Amino acid sequence: MKEEVRLMKGNEAIAHAAIRYGCDGYFGYPITPQSEVLETLEELMPWETTGMVVLQAESEVAAINMVYGGAASGKAVMTSSSSPGVSLKQEGISYIAAASLPALILNVMRGGPGLGTIQPSQADYFQATKGGGHGDYHLIVLAPSTVQEMVDFVGLGFDLAFKYTNPAMILADGIVGQMMEKVVLPAQRPRRTEEEIRKQCPWAADGRKDGRKRNVVTSLELESARMEVINHQLQARYREIEKNETRWEEIDVEDADYLIVAFGSIARICTKAKELAAEKGIKVGIVRPITLWPFPTEAIARAAKGKKGILCVELNAGQMIEDVRLAVHDSLPVEHFGRLGGIIPSPDEVVKALEEKIVK
Amino acid sequence: MEIQDIIRPENKVYSTPELLDNVHMHYCPGCSHGVIHKLLAEVIAEMGLTEKTVGISPVGCAVFAYNYIDVDWVEAAHGRAPAVATAISRLWPEDVVFTYQGDGDMSAIGTAESIHAANRGENIVMVFVNNAIYGMTGGQMAPTTLVGQKTATTPYGRRVDLNGHPLEITNLMAILDGTCYVTRQSVHTPANVRKTKAALKKAFQNALDKKGTSVVEVVATCNSGWKMSPEKANEWMAEHMFAKYPLGDLKNE
Amino acid sequence: MKEEIIIAGFGGQGVLSMGKILAYSGLMDDKEVTWMPSYGPEQRGGTANVTVILSDEKISSPVLDSFDNVIALNQQSLDKFAPKVKPGGILIYDTNGIHNHPKRDDITIYPIDAMEATLEIGNSKAYNMVVMGALLEAMNYKLPMENVIKGLKKSLPERHHKLIPLNEQAIEKGRTLLKK
Repeated sequence: MKEEVRLMKGNEAIAHAAIRYGCDGYFGYPITPQSEVLETLEELMPWETTGMVVLQAESEVAAINMVYGGAASGKAVMTSSSSPGVSLKQEGISYIAAASLPALILNVMRGGPGLGTIQPSQADYFQATKGGGHGDYHLIVLAPSTVQEMVDFVGLGFDLAFKYTNPAMILADGIVGQMMEKVVLPAQRPRRTEEEIRKQCPWAADGRKDGRKRNVVTSLELESARMEVINHQLQARYREIEKNETRWEEIDVEDADYLIVAFGSIARICTKAKELAAEKGIKVGIVRPITLWPFPTEAIARAAKGKKGILCVELNAGQMIEDVRLAVHDSLPVEHFGRLGGIIPSPDEVVKALEEKIVK
Repeated sequence: MEIQDIIRPENKVYSTPELLDNVHMHYCPGCSHGVIHKLLAEVIAEMGLTEKTVGISPVGCAVFAYNYIDVDWVEAAHGRAPAVATAISRLWPEDVVFTYQGDGDMSAIGTAESIHAANRGENIVMVFVNNAIYGMTGGQMAPTTLVGQKTATTPYGRRVDLNGHPLEITNLMAILDGTCYVTRQSVHTPANVRKTKAALKKAFQNALDKKGTSVVEVVATCNSGWKMSPEKANEWMAEHMFAKYPLGDLKNE
Repeated sequence: MKEEIIIAGFGGQGVLSMGKILAYSGLMDDKEVTWMPSYGPEQRGGTANVTVILSDEKISSPVLDSFDNVIALNQQSLDKFAPKVKPGGILIYDTNGIHNHPKRDDITIYPIDAMEATLEIGNSKAYNMVVMGALLEAMNYKLPMENVIKGLKKSLPERHHKLIPLNEQAIEKGRTLLKK
């Protein structure tokens, strides 16, 4: 398949991207608002073309453990779900992280807690960036703001996951999942051959090919001294990821008096709000974290220098704001504006919040 | 005659299977797991599957199975072994994937994964060791614990009104269209050990032949958990366990 | 060039698919496009709306407070979105079932009878294309018809491509409603 320009929903784009980036297997369970991912894959039948495996599992729990198994055998595998389903996956995600396996997980967030609503939300920020499951671990968390980024982050997510043998998550909201945009689908990247997999993943449990020594993928270590070493190894890797892979976007930060920090599609609403504020003579710059973990702490601290205040706009009750406050150490006022329950704020509302909470 | 005169290849009547590691096992003396491990090691080597077998170990007493049998292993979360096996089997269709699960893994926390993997007819082998108790955590009730059986969480004996009935998960597996071979064996006598080995061979062959899911239940003892001597445990098993879990093939297609 | 458009009506009037065809037509004309369905409590009660943005530049927010072009296909949508037309903007509405007509003199208002025009064509499924014809005629941005046809081809599944001449006819019919 050649590069192709299409108009499609973020969820559909994820399915196309998975095939085109050479994903070996997708395991999922339907949940609104991301069921189009599995539906599109089933419609495209990639097992007939690239040989990619697609399976509707009996539950989110089974799906993430299929991902665990596939990843343990060296394959490029992924799953997708929405908030309540991602909660169910947390046990498996912890195991994947603990066993140092590459995998990709998509969360198209909906409003919670509990069964909540099927409308968009960003209320799983804490869950995605601070652990989610048990134990000291981190996912590489990518927050797409456009349908194009939904596509690009499938490729980037797999690349980072394999580079660091660490699970990556695309943390999207229902807006980028459900909206259609122009998107450039990449040309087909061939799936790795078995030889390439063995070269890239010498640790994979795929049968002791050529009589090599056995590979065991496990997260269990009852000897505390050895477990501490494993924990330190994980932490060392996280520091490495922080150093190399922190990503963010800045818009007109230099000339601004105020900052808005927002991620995902909400950052785009804020960009429009920035234009509206400029018409009122309020100069606002935007910092959009692209990796939510590792968080662009230094970039925000730098951008905040000389500014009069920061507004964190999130579809939650105030989660990322904690990381923003840590970044700037109370050197300037940091306030939160968010809508809950699946309501999307309009650009006007953001301007109003900016005026009421920050500009004053 | 000197001892060196006896230790000759032509006099050898038994040897440790090549795939069974020469290490100290963590199992209690008298436990059935060691015998079942030995049979798996023999079957895999004899069938020439060493370079294409992946085992999925459970949470439970057999959690460390990967330390004893010299094939590739993935250690699954509690109950999830059939899901893990599903993916590997589908992604590496030339491999033979087996799960090794206890009664808690297979028929309590992992019931959904077990039933659905079998119902999809995944080309895998599920080895189910049923000793009617949770050995690893100190002898609590399992779904397969017999009525009246004393455990740490049924100190006065399992009561149907409080704890429900013993779960015959293997019987459930047998009625699913996805299974091709469902059998119940034991390893408490040499004859039964031989039958179990034959059953495992058949199950691995089915996986090679892509016939669907094979389930080999091994009714087993847990003399520590049951608080009996190994010998007494074997007797108790034959008398009580086989009444509820009779040996033999439940399905053979 | 930038056109910010909302199309609002009942579910079943083809609001979302009209938005998709419009967006795909823009894409075929090398524009940046977004298509954002109503996604909130307002989608309850059987109403549907979709925001479509066509632009030469990269598009920021897919969610808007005000619009260059509003198409309202029932009273509820008209009441809600008529006040949200930007000054100097365009409001197109179907007069069927409308009892409370909009009163603004800072925008251009086109009341159309799209239902009657559709009946004249003889296929009720062409309704949304009649409406789209009116929009294409009214918009400042003149989307070339050849790219609209390409947009139709891209939006419709192959098995419905035989309906493209009908859709084209409906669009032309819609254009005439404004010329009256």
